[in-house]
Amino acid sequence: MELILSAGIGALTASGVYLLLRPRTYQVIIGLSLLSYAVNLFIFGMGRLRVNAPPIVEPGGGGDLARYTDPLPQALVLTAIVIGFAMTALFLVVILASRGFTGTDHVDGREQRGD
Amino acid sequence: MLLIFLLAPFGGSLLVLFFPSDQRGATAWFAGAIAFVCFLLAAGIYPFVTAGGVLRFELDWIPELGLNLTLRMDGFAWLFATLITAIGVLVVLYARYYMAAEDPIPRFFALFLAFMGSMLGVVLSGNLILLAVFWELTSIVSFLLIGYWHHNAHARDGARIALTMTGMGGLSMLIGLLLIGRVVGSYELDAVLASGDAIRNDPLYLPILILILFGALTKSAQFPFHFWLPHAMAAPTPVSAYLHSATMVKAGVFLLARLWPVMAGTEAWFWIVGLAGLSTLLLGAYFAIFQQDLKGLLAYSTISHLGLITVLLSLGSPLAAVAAVFHIVNHATFKASLFMAAGIIDHETGTRDMRRLSGLFRYMPITATLAMVASAAMAGVPLLNGFLSKEMFFAEAIETHLVNSLDTITPYVATIAGMFAVTYSLRFIHSVFFGAPPADLPKRPHEPPRWMRAPIEFLVLACLIVGIIPGRTIGPFLHTAVVSILGDRTPDYSLAVWHGWNVPLIMSFVALSGGVGLYFLMRSYLATGIEGPPVFRLLQGQRIFERVLVTLSWKWARSLEQRFGTRRLQPQMLLLVFLAVSAAAVPLFRRGFELPPLVIRGIDPAFALLWALGIACAVGAAYQAKFHRLFALVLLGGAGLITCITFVWLSAPDLAVTQLLVEIVTTVLILLGLRWLPKRIEESRPEDIPLRVRFRRLRDFLLALAAGGGMSLIAYRVMTQPTPETIASYFVERAYSEGGGANVVNVILVDFRGFDTLGEVAVLSIVALTVFALLLRFRPHPDSQDIPLQQRVQNAFDDDHPDRNAGDSIAEYLHIPSTIMRWMFPVTGMLAAYLFLRGHDLPGGGFAAGIAMSIGFLLQYMAGGTRWVEERLRIHPLRWMSIGLLVAAATGIGSWVFGYPFLTSHSQYATLPIVGKVPLASAILFDLGVFSLVLGATVLMLIALAHQSVRAPRAHARPARTEREAAQ
Repeated sequence: MELILSAGIGALTASGVYLLLRPRTYQVIIGLSLLSYAVNLFIFGMGRLRVNAPPIVEPGGGGDLARYTDPLPQALVLTAIVIGFAMTALFLVVILASRGFTGTDHVDGREQRGD
Repeated sequence: MLLIFLLAPFGGSLLVLFFPSDQRGATAWFAGAIAFVCFLLAAGIYPFVTAGGVLRFELDWIPELGLNLTLRMDGFAWLFATLITAIGVLVVLYARYYMAAEDPIPRFFALFLAFMGSMLGVVLSGNLILLAVFWELTSIVSFLLIGYWHHNAHARDGARIALTMTGMGGLSMLIGLLLIGRVVGSYELDAVLASGDAIRNDPLYLPILILILFGALTKSAQFPFHFWLPHAMAAPTPVSAYLHSATMVKAGVFLLARLWPVMAGTEAWFWIVGLAGLSTLLLGAYFAIFQQDLKGLLAYSTISHLGLITVLLSLGSPLAAVAAVFHIVNHATFKASLFMAAGIIDHETGTRDMRRLSGLFRYMPITATLAMVASAAMAGVPLLNGFLSKEMFFAEAIETHLVNSLDTITPYVATIAGMFAVTYSLRFIHSVFFGAPPADLPKRPHEPPRWMRAPIEFLVLACLIVGIIPGRTIGPFLHTAVVSILGDRTPDYSLAVWHGWNVPLIMSFVALSGGVGLYFLMRSYLATGIEGPPVFRLLQGQRIFERVLVTLSWKWARSLEQRFGTRRLQPQMLLLVFLAVSAAAVPLFRRGFELPPLVIRGIDPAFALLWALGIACAVGAAYQAKFHRLFALVLLGGAGLITCITFVWLSAPDLAVTQLLVEIVTTVLILLGLRWLPKRIEESRPEDIPLRVRFRRLRDFLLALAAGGGMSLIAYRVMTQPTPETIASYFVERAYSEGGGANVVNVILVDFRGFDTLGEVAVLSIVALTVFALLLRFRPHPDSQDIPLQQRVQNAFDDDHPDRNAGDSIAEYLHIPSTIMRWMFPVTGMLAAYLFLRGHDLPGGGFAAGIAMSIGFLLQYMAGGTRWVEERLRIHPLRWMSIGLLVAAATGIGSWVFGYPFLTSHSQYATLPIVGKVPLASAILFDLGVFSLVLGATVLMLIALAHQSVRAPRAHARPARTEREAAQ
């Protein structure tokens, strides 16, 4: 389980980082999204992987952590998903506006030789 | 009590700003009243500070950092406070008549009072950090006052130079004070003053000394940092009289005197302070002789006198310290009056140029007499106060303090400087008041108004009285001040006019007669009217300063930027990723990273298959993102779905729900954006790609592999570790009992960490507004302005068939799905309500519900088109957002009403008809705010983007039509 998830995180990170270094804005936005999946899964994984133990306690009385998965990374990731969404939206609009102003979708706002 | 010294000027400064600008009299009266109240207060406090008494006021500010609002008044601080307030009153009176009608008076007096407050703060601070704060305040206010006539380029330059120099000095002094605090263990002045030996014997002594001296010497305009002061003369004359002669420049010597008990007496102190002081004393006096501007002469003379005080402080003997304090007072008295006299001459004649002024005695005899007495005091003529302190200085100069060359030359330098002082004083008087009547003055000179002269009269009277009967007038006050600095080391001294025939008197005599002789020798040279002293005028401080500044801030910065900077994003990203990878890799390998054994057993094949698909999606998206955007988007969605399933699989239903919904919205957003990007066709022949590009791709690929591999290793290593003790159990245990909800994740978000969530949704709304604002001004590229190809084909089809109307095909396109989508609206609404209500106990919550609801709207837009929806539904995303934010914040504030901290929640269950039992914590109200805000923000972003398609063809069509009209 851990092995597969970490391989997945690695693949998402590698794809994301590669795209981050590309010259086209669209590549960068896809890369950022992939990278944010990887980071979210990574943070989530910090609470260890448990199957069938969602952090939903019995109503009435306190819960015992041994019976549930760690809720804290989940709360963090939930926030991260929201912020990631906001970031993607903002970035998308910025690249559209940049394309409108500069006429190119290169990350520098102008074409570089050899790309 | 001491606090009034600060509150009154600063409070008054604020109030003065509200005075109408034509009420010159009232404004001046008010400012003067405040200064006078402070003066009376100082006078009233006097009995408490005699004989070494100290008044204290303490207010905890940040006690953890040793930073307290400690005010401390001892005799020395008292003397300074009196000086500041008394001269403050006089300067206000003077400024009332000096300032012209068109000057913005409230601003002047507001800054003036603020300066008085800052200066009082400097002298009253009982805490080193507080001292630094007020010190900086004096620099800033001085900057504003020098630049008061900001339409004048000289004033702006002078202000800038002064701020740069004193600001740099202040920064260095702050570091020095922090180091002192480190050595002593406290920033309190009392503690610092008590640990002189510890500071002097500390290895950090020399750096501390240099840093603090840099601050003090720049402030007091000591050579080689003196050049800012003459440029500061662009300020209105009351400012020059107050800040740049009587008070602010004294802050430097104040600090030297304040720290004298703990820092002085060492070889380093003697050399640095002494050398700076002596050279300033001599050069300042020498430069002063050659000035053509009245205020310039006075400025250089001020520099020279400050040098004299610095020399006295450098000597390290108690008697010299007494002389220094005495001279501070004396100099303030005669120099302030001289500045005011110079201001009157400027005011009544319209010029300050000594080449044009002459023979003014016959027009303004009273002012001339006053100025003559004051400059005689400046020159050190007997029976005036300047003579006494100069005599003490000469006496100290002959004493041997340390056996070295500097100490040997001191008396000679002192005599020569004294001679120069006589020369420039004489020049000031002789060239302005005597000689032929002035020829071409801008105004016809006459005596100033009665009350404009009054401050000078008062000050000159003080010079005379102190000069004739020092022991009975200034004596006790001086003693009080000296005792507070020197304590038990206070020497016996006598303030008498006549000490018998001794060496200092001979020195005075030499200086006086030499000075007079020098003046008559130099008259012919001075008459040539060349500005500045011979040789030295080529070496202009300001020029050098400007050049250094340009080199530092422009040339070097530019070449640095060219060498190490880039405006291109890719190298920056490369560096960033590289640094991030190294930052993780280096410590891991230095501490020894061991990989746990790989556990192949126990893997669910379904999970493995899932991630095989996920990895394929990720790699595919990376591969296709350049030429096949839509495909890459689909693959990205695939990777997102795999992530979502992983969340479900591994017990995170909340994340799964949110991820799924966000995934949908993100995909739609990007889809909407796709049409505005340029078309890109893949190169048919991959072998055409240049080698450089191939190399770059390979390099990026390897870096990406390193990053991905590293993440995998770290993730695997951590996830196979047993869980350490975490704070999670706190949340799990109390989620229900204190948060009133069973869904721990939701309770954390809306209750335990509710404030974070409030911030987070605020960020979301800011982003939405930014998106909205950016799109308001959106101008698409000409390539993308036409309607899309598919719609053109559909319209062409309509045109070809006579039985069809234009637009039919577009309307009929995907008719059945869009009908279904329309019907889905209530269903999505229901889903959103369901998610919302169960949120506190089961997966769901305001955020998920908000996104779900926005998807409901989105479907309508997709199904019916922008216009169709907006004809039928009222969509006010901005309103929803603001209501949401207000509700969320109000819920938080609501708990204040019941006496709990912000965002404390209260929980209860309520039974609603049909729906059944729902949790009704006050958190649900907060969640409702989140819901409304998220809904508004998401819808705002989506429809802002969707509107572009509606708007763009219209915006494009309009210029075309005008062109056609123009052609007809």
